[in-house]
Amino acid sequence: MARRLIELPPPRGPLSEELFEALRGPPGTRLAPPGHVEPVDPVGDEDLQLALYVGYELHYTAIRGVDERWERSPALLAFLEALEEPFDAAVADLVGPSEAVAPAGVAEALQAIVAEDPGPPLSRYLEARGTREQMLEHVIHRSAYQLKESDPHSWAIPRLPPGPKAALLEVQFDEYGGGSSERMHSVLFARTMAELGLEDAYGGYLDRWPGVTMATVNLMTGFGLRRHRRGAIVGHLAAFEMTSSIPNRRYGNALRRLGYGPEVTHFYDEHVEADAVHENIAAWDLAGGLAAAEPEVAADVLFGARALLQIEARWAQHLMDAWERGETSLRSPVPLAA
Amino acid sequence: MAATITPYPDGPYLVRGDFVVQDQEGNELRTERRTIALCRCGKSKMRPLCDGTHKAIGFKAPSTPEQWPDA
Repeated sequence: MARRLIELPPPRGPLSEELFEALRGPPGTRLAPPGHVEPVDPVGDEDLQLALYVGYELHYTAIRGVDERWERSPALLAFLEALEEPFDAAVADLVGPSEAVAPAGVAEALQAIVAEDPGPPLSRYLEARGTREQMLEHVIHRSAYQLKESDPHSWAIPRLPPGPKAALLEVQFDEYGGGSSERMHSVLFARTMAELGLEDAYGGYLDRWPGVTMATVNLMTGFGLRRHRRGAIVGHLAAFEMTSSIPNRRYGNALRRLGYGPEVTHFYDEHVEADAVHENIAAWDLAGGLAAAEPEVAADVLFGARALLQIEARWAQHLMDAWERGETSLRSPVPLAA
Repeated sequence: MAATITPYPDGPYLVRGDFVVQDQEGNELRTERRTIALCRCGKSKMRPLCDGTHKAIGFKAPSTPEQWPDA
């Protein structure tokens, strides 16, 4: 597996243009916080989500031509904060008012939240009727997260008290391959991409992801990087694991129906088994444990779970709508090998 | 470490520690993970392992032992 190194993509508006131009220079120079960032739809805004995604990428990867010290430049952090504010507000609008929850009731509340998943039936559609092109598009969208699977949640590790920390590590140890890089989920996903004839390099499709795809990742990075959102990143992970096994079985079935073998489906099949373990640990020992130890973040645990479901629903709806219109769900279609 | 088996509320049995899962013929179920989830609802499509189906069928069971007969 090659080291991570991405290219600065073409900008999509004034925010990303100003940010990328500054990143080519020495850290801290020539970057002032943008004045008014008030997009109509922050979740789907191409310019805002791209600028936020690339700004956050400094925490995960090298960027060609960009000084690594930009990562903690106060100018960059101020710039990103100006992007986080409207995105956070839009997510809060989608999630709606929060209800009081007793710490002991958090895991059960999570069960109720995921039972009312607001999203369209994307995995059912792909399993039953998705075309090869649509399945490959789905993989390309997901590579925005799955080539760094688990990394956004790992930011939470040092911020948790002992019980929830042990629970998170139990999940993450398995996510990262249980001591074997070959079994690491991000590595399994790269293998699936390569077997499908897709570019498996980290960030290889950055320029093709629409804003809403990057929003799914910016949500978790934003929760993960800010200690005061530790409840939200924990709730995000719990809901992610609790809504993973059954859709991943369907994605595997979709690929089997399209004629692909175990070398392609392994990533999905592995997730059926793995996440059936993880969801219990994440809901009860991690999320429930954190709420018990730090009751003040219990409501944010549920917020993180609801935020995941809402943003995933927006993303899934984008795919379904594009396909309904007979269009690509990416910013430009990917030429496919025969 | 001796194996521990934990029933999770409305979910599977999680098994941790040193354990072997085998069928009646003694064939070992190969697993590379340290913690596994055994189906408790009976409806998994990959028994004896859990596949998350308990959520789809509304399976309910406590973590603590049920009292029988009812007092």
